[in-house]
Amino acid sequence: MPDATALYQVVTLVINGVEISARSDQTIMQAAEENEIEIPGLCHLTGLKDIGACRLCVVEVKGAPRLVPSCVTRVAEGMEIFTHSERVVNYRRTILEMLYAERNHVCSVCVSNGHCDLQALALKCGLEYVHLPYMTPRLKIDASHDRFVYDPNRCVLCTRCVRVCDEIEGAHTWDVMGRGIEARVVTDLGQPWGESETCTGCGKCVHVCPTGALFEKGKSVAEMEKRRQFLPYLTVMREVKR
Amino acid sequence: MSRVKVATVWLDGCSGCHMSFLDMDEALIDLGKKIEVVYSPLVDNKVFPESVDVSIVEGAVSSEEDLHKIRMVRERTKILVALGDCAVTSNVPGMRNPFGVGPILHRAYTENVSIQPKTPTQVIPPLLPRARPIHSVVAVDVFVPGCPPSAGTIHFVLSELLEGRIPDLSQKTRFGA
Repeated sequence: MPDATALYQVVTLVINGVEISARSDQTIMQAAEENEIEIPGLCHLTGLKDIGACRLCVVEVKGAPRLVPSCVTRVAEGMEIFTHSERVVNYRRTILEMLYAERNHVCSVCVSNGHCDLQALALKCGLEYVHLPYMTPRLKIDASHDRFVYDPNRCVLCTRCVRVCDEIEGAHTWDVMGRGIEARVVTDLGQPWGESETCTGCGKCVHVCPTGALFEKGKSVAEMEKRRQFLPYLTVMREVKR
Repeated sequence: MSRVKVATVWLDGCSGCHMSFLDMDEALIDLGKKIEVVYSPLVDNKVFPESVDVSIVEGAVSSEEDLHKIRMVRERTKILVALGDCAVTSNVPGMRNPFGVGPILHRAYTENVSIQPKTPTQVIPPLLPRARPIHSVVAVDVFVPGCPPSAGTIHFVLSELLEGRIPDLSQKTRFGA
């Protein structure tokens, strides 16, 4: 929600050949969304702060040497943006393939099969196979919590769980440990989730998780549907000025 | 007009994709006028013919026999279709990959066996170090994800191929479908 006292201007830019106007404090993704131009995203979730982690929302900006993540790049006057150029589409496809190759995403036996953001993106981007070799890491599942399970085999490191736990619940149970290919989301300081002293058991992390990496105990294949209505509701309610 | 020669091959999969093929039901009768199934677990022929127009392959490449078979199939096939998630991604057969062959065989033939625990060394083809998707071993022309792909999807694939087109499946099926 814009702050009425903030200084912003209206800028004009071109997305995929269509001239649009936006507020100067908006991101490319927000401006595109308002104009019904779809840019795929994975770590982005309305209601959480954007961090540009997954790079699936990259777009081509004329004159810029690199592709830019549209969720964390502000619009500017005269920008000329391509959301689905050949270069962008190839990058996105490769990023998706890397996500699939890095962990063990066996869709057919996943609790989130059919309700998964990663799966939906693969469909949207026409990903029929992964030409990179699968890394097949051996990762331990944490089922120590009474009600929830963390399966790192299906984690894409979007950090939605980290952000919702910090920004919305205020517990900051989740964080990221390790770097690069070794990076993992962990509870507290890497202790089992069930022994966490900070976790309130609210389940928000489970429901913002785009894949089957976080799920409720007792759910079988394709049974884990995520409910995210709480997020826009809480966000709007907290923004109401009293 | 001679019928299009079609083979179906079963590597490391559960045969669910072949069941889905059979699920085309009455559509098979019409297809039968246009295609001739020259080799398949569903027909009697035990020898893969010298030349096949379309080979539909189910399953991952998991053993030395699979590897031998898929290379031979590729050599003798014009259009090779990877049917289902095991063929396309290695899927469930690939779930052994994080553990390695030794521990998997030990689990199957020793740990969970009460009478004469012993890993067989004869007759059964040795496992490859990893179960792999077909395209990592030979070139694949058409990818059909799904576990299993629906009968409708398989029918679409065959119909398009019969019309001389490579089917566009990007919006028809997906991993795990």
